[in-house]
Amino acid sequence: MTSSAVRARRRRWARTARWSGWLWVLPALLMYAVFVLRPLALTFQYSLYHWNGIGVARWAGLSNYVTVFTDRDLLKIIGNAFILIIFFSFIPVGLGLLVATLVRRITSGPFGTAVRTILFLPQVIPLVAAGIAWSWLLSTTGVVNQVLRAIGLGGLARAWLGEFDTALPSVGVIGAWVLLGLCTILLVTGMSKIDPALYEAARIDGAGPVREFLAVTLPSLRQEIGVCLTVTVIAALASFDIVYISTGGGPGLQTTVPGLEIYRLAFAQRQVGLASALGVVLMALVLLCVLPIQRLTRQDKG
Amino acid sequence: MNLSRREQLTGRIFLIALVLVTLLPFVSMLSAALQPRGTVPDGLVWPSDPQWGNFADAFTVANMGALLRSSLLIVAGVVPVSVLIATMAGFGLGHLRVPGGRFVFLLFLLGLTLPFEAVITPIYYQVQQLGLLNSRWAIILPLIGLYMPFAVFWMRAHFVNVPQELADAARVDGSNTWQLFWRVQVPLARPAIASLTILLFLWTWNQFLLAIVLVDDPTKRTMAGALGAFQGQWGTDQVLLCAGSLLILTPTLIVFLIFQRQFIKALLQGSLKG
Repeated sequence: MTSSAVRARRRRWARTARWSGWLWVLPALLMYAVFVLRPLALTFQYSLYHWNGIGVARWAGLSNYVTVFTDRDLLKIIGNAFILIIFFSFIPVGLGLLVATLVRRITSGPFGTAVRTILFLPQVIPLVAAGIAWSWLLSTTGVVNQVLRAIGLGGLARAWLGEFDTALPSVGVIGAWVLLGLCTILLVTGMSKIDPALYEAARIDGAGPVREFLAVTLPSLRQEIGVCLTVTVIAALASFDIVYISTGGGPGLQTTVPGLEIYRLAFAQRQVGLASALGVVLMALVLLCVLPIQRLTRQDKG
Repeated sequence: MNLSRREQLTGRIFLIALVLVTLLPFVSMLSAALQPRGTVPDGLVWPSDPQWGNFADAFTVANMGALLRSSLLIVAGVVPVSVLIATMAGFGLGHLRVPGGRFVFLLFLLGLTLPFEAVITPIYYQVQQLGLLNSRWAIILPLIGLYMPFAVFWMRAHFVNVPQELADAARVDGSNTWQLFWRVQVPLARPAIASLTILLFLWTWNQFLLAIVLVDDPTKRTMAGALGAFQGQWGTDQVLLCAGSLLILTPTLIVFLIFQRQFIKALLQGSLKG
């Protein structure tokens, strides 16, 4: 075959292939449209009505959204999700950075493999199991109180998940436990890719550990930090499993998060419209938090 | 490495502390699970007479056989189909570059950060209309759809990086797109497909929200959903609850320990790209 014949054949081939290529995309697109895009459109639609899920829906305009942004309970619930970001995101990323800086790389021997495996355990088990395990740890007779009594701080012992002031931070600690290993491994892996010469240069310039961290470590780990923040912020804002299992949202509304409130409004209180409006707001909040993180931390790939 | 020895040591100590904190909940559950039935365990104490029989009790009470079967059926319904159609779509969007593909890809990206809670209500009514409520299909079908954004994104990222010349060579040999896909592209995509399979298996096995909303019968749920029901029923019996939870964890842990290398790679890449 001459080269022009090959090219012509390839071109003809390419043209038909390009359009018939849709057949390859279609099954995935269909499932996505039926079980995500349609429900998504319906969420928007429901959010504009008062509906109990069975009877006739009444047009509500934007009043459900007004409720979401003015109702004190709902605002508190949204606030709780943001407080959880401190525990789900800042603590794992902060501690992960500290460990990564000190370790630089986990040795590849059996010690390293064991560490990596164990730190990943919380990622593998269901969040429900993490919730059950920690409910027991933090209960009145649990290990946390046992340790406090042993070191003479028995006065601090309490039902951590049951008391007004400690419930939300305790839920936060569970989330921190789940995400800490993942963040640490991600950051240490990123750390081991940094050229040691950069540190060499910083030392020669007389940089102390802090300068070194700010000038070399942080910029080099920008992408990994972005990934950690994205994953953990989504986990905090959209949390459900841990809260459902460990506190059920109580005491009062102390640990209720938007995900749990949507579930309650829609399936227990039959306020489908309000639940949907809260769903739309939650979706928007996730995007509002995640997009800037992506923008700040993605390396420019041109 | 020009880290001083003392810094290295501090690092190690931090790391070991982290490991201990990670293991603590598991050890504390085990210690409670081995106490005599009917007692209220107090903190972390190794029992003088470990009651391994509690696990047998929990196995019967939790109906573990039925739970395992149910979770396996759901995984079998979700994972192969999701991986197949996502690989096909990734091939179409990343390699064949169908006209309008950019728009479709953006449409998929839209779902990447979507919290499941935001669409669970309409999914409930939709599944109800389909008459599938309380069956395993109620979990299987929506999950396939919900996984598509990540799965397609993942596979497209692979196919975009496969050199076009490779396909050209296959075409000159006279193979059509179908053959090109199965004989050339799929074997090359094996690592990406393996990682995706692992991630989807894990997410399906651990799926909680869909299970508790769409299926009432714990023996038709996923493992995580069944565990939720188990806690509701036995929440006051700390010994049995811990034994049951550990049992329900075991299958995942075994699979994880066997495939840990692939798991860790998949989870790292998964979060890096996602």
